[in-house]
Amino acid sequence: MNTGTIFFELALTFYFAATLISIIAFFKSGKTMEKVMLLLVVLGFILHTISIIARYATAGYIPITTPHEATSFFSWCSVLLFLILELRYKIGLLGSFIMPIIFVLMLSSSMLSRSIKALSPVLQSYWLGIHTVLAFLGNAAFAMAFGIGIMYLVQERYLKSKHPSGLFQRLPSLQSLDEINYRLITIGFPLLTLAIISGALWADKAWGGYLRGDPREVWALITWLIYAIVLHARLMAGWRGKRAAILSIIGFLTILIAFAGIKLLKKGLHVFL
Amino acid sequence: MNIFVVGLNHKTAAVDVREKLAFNGQKLEEGLMRIKTLPEVKEAVILSTCNRVEMYTNVKDTVKAYESIKDFISEFHGLDRGSLEKSLYAYENLAAVKHVFRVASSLDSMVVGEPQILGQIKDAFEFALRKKTTGILLNKLMKKAISVAKRIRTETKIAENAVSISFAAVELAKKIFTDLSTKSVMLLGAGEMAELAAKHLVSSGVKEVLVANRTYETGCSLAKEFNGRAVKFENFVHEIANTDIVICSTGASKYVLLKEQMHYVMKERKHKPVFIIDISVPRNIDPEINNIDNVYLYDVDDIQGVVDSNVQGRQKEAEKAEAIITDEIETFQKWQSSLDSVPTIIALRDRADAIRKEELERLLNKLSGLGEKEKKDIEYMANAITNKLIHPPTAALKEDAEDKDILIATIKRLYGLNEKEE
Repeated sequence: MNTGTIFFELALTFYFAATLISIIAFFKSGKTMEKVMLLLVVLGFILHTISIIARYATAGYIPITTPHEATSFFSWCSVLLFLILELRYKIGLLGSFIMPIIFVLMLSSSMLSRSIKALSPVLQSYWLGIHTVLAFLGNAAFAMAFGIGIMYLVQERYLKSKHPSGLFQRLPSLQSLDEINYRLITIGFPLLTLAIISGALWADKAWGGYLRGDPREVWALITWLIYAIVLHARLMAGWRGKRAAILSIIGFLTILIAFAGIKLLKKGLHVFL
Repeated sequence: MNIFVVGLNHKTAAVDVREKLAFNGQKLEEGLMRIKTLPEVKEAVILSTCNRVEMYTNVKDTVKAYESIKDFISEFHGLDRGSLEKSLYAYENLAAVKHVFRVASSLDSMVVGEPQILGQIKDAFEFALRKKTTGILLNKLMKKAISVAKRIRTETKIAENAVSISFAAVELAKKIFTDLSTKSVMLLGAGEMAELAAKHLVSSGVKEVLVANRTYETGCSLAKEFNGRAVKFENFVHEIANTDIVICSTGASKYVLLKEQMHYVMKERKHKPVFIIDISVPRNIDPEINNIDNVYLYDVDDIQGVVDSNVQGRQKEAEKAEAIITDEIETFQKWQSSLDSVPTIIALRDRADAIRKEELERLLNKLSGLGEKEKKDIEYMANAITNKLIHPPTAALKEDAEDKDILIATIKRLYGLNEKEE
């Protein structure tokens, strides 16, 4: 085992512990539980970061091209955003929604092949780092917006049904959830935009042409369009609250479909990912 | 010495009786001093709130004490004993301890889980402490009651969730809006419940109060009360475009706000959320409005429903609280029985014996080569010293003295006999 693997395993262990605590905290509310969980996540995140750096040192490129690397890096981006959100808004309950997903992602990453492959000539470019990191961070922001959107719909349901119960007391106010959702999309959208632009520039350099009709490119543009509508409708027509939450959920589902569909079809330029 | 509670509360006496028996202001000090001078009463605390008047005492004989306390109350407040006796209850010893714990924990309150009573208990106790009308028994009882109440509040959810209409309205508003201090509220019409809800919103920090009343002058005077602004009733629909919370209670016989109007308002306010509380019966606001996105309309039954389910939740927590109280009564009982003289005499004896044996052993080890007779003499002398030293305190403990509890506590302290508490 090399250093990267050891730290990866350690990070996985900490995320696992944090997930267990987050599930207990979901059923038995308590500030101490939440603090312990956050501490575990922070420690896991530090170990995770070290594992990625170690792998970068061994491989010589940003470890983001194999399925193992990609899921691990995506989890890293999500944890980063989760910690920022916790720091800024202190939602508490958010961890119980996010940590199990992150743990499943990390677990599947751990089961995928970890061999370091030589990069194909096309990928040997500084564009690899720029394009992929932007895209992953952007998608992680949309993933968080998706989770917050669901929380919004749950809380809205409680209020509209006039039978506030269950999680009502522990969920933040609608206004907070709406604001966080909006903030996340305003972070994700520019990142996605830059990812698309950098991808186009890279494609032009590698293949001589900005758009190649690759399904991935098409879906990325569709996603971009959806989030552009979310932002535009909010500013121009006051589409806030429930509609914004639903749109952000649709947006992320589109990303998931695009990702899964392309993987299954194994077509296009993004086959390596 | 017996813990003895005499009192009345909202369950046993109507407000007109309770207010006559209240010990407020100057009366509290006077009453406390008077009750302390009753021959039967050794310690006393008086708790007087708008829902209850209770006297916590340490008495010699509960039957006699009950009579003299009743005499005292009827004389002090100028009430005939007949009408007084109907409202009074009395508890002694463990039942009294349980009662005090339940009162402090707000299990005996009109609204179970309300937070004020604990503060009132603390005040009553501190006042009695300052006036020096308490001793070890009541001091322990009151301190324990306060700590039990705190334990119940942290270990159960008895004080969570609003159980009145106006607090429930504030609670709901806080789940729609993050920060009430940037929000404004409009009172549409007037009415006691509507004004109360508005008051609670103001004390939760609402930025501005608008008042729209059919009679503009009435609106103006109400607005003044809230430091707010009166608006013309005909304009209220437009004003909702800039208001976040609307409390409606106009007494109109048909809807004053229709769905189409609300659609227009929502467009005006760029679909920012609005919380509407319709307290009027019959309802003044078209219930269909709740189906518009970002509008949250609650009528009086809806809010009552929220309150009811919160009350139910508290009831469930109250069961947990009762279990905690049973548990705490046991520890209190242990402490109280340690005040009894027999265990103290035994402890004193044991203590003296232990010291004697230890010192004898040490001495006899040092002085080797002593004959049997010398050893016997030394032992005899040690015995005589300890016996003579502990005889007077033992004799005092065996007497049936007035201040026995103080004596026991003092002896325990002087001889270091206090077992570790809890």
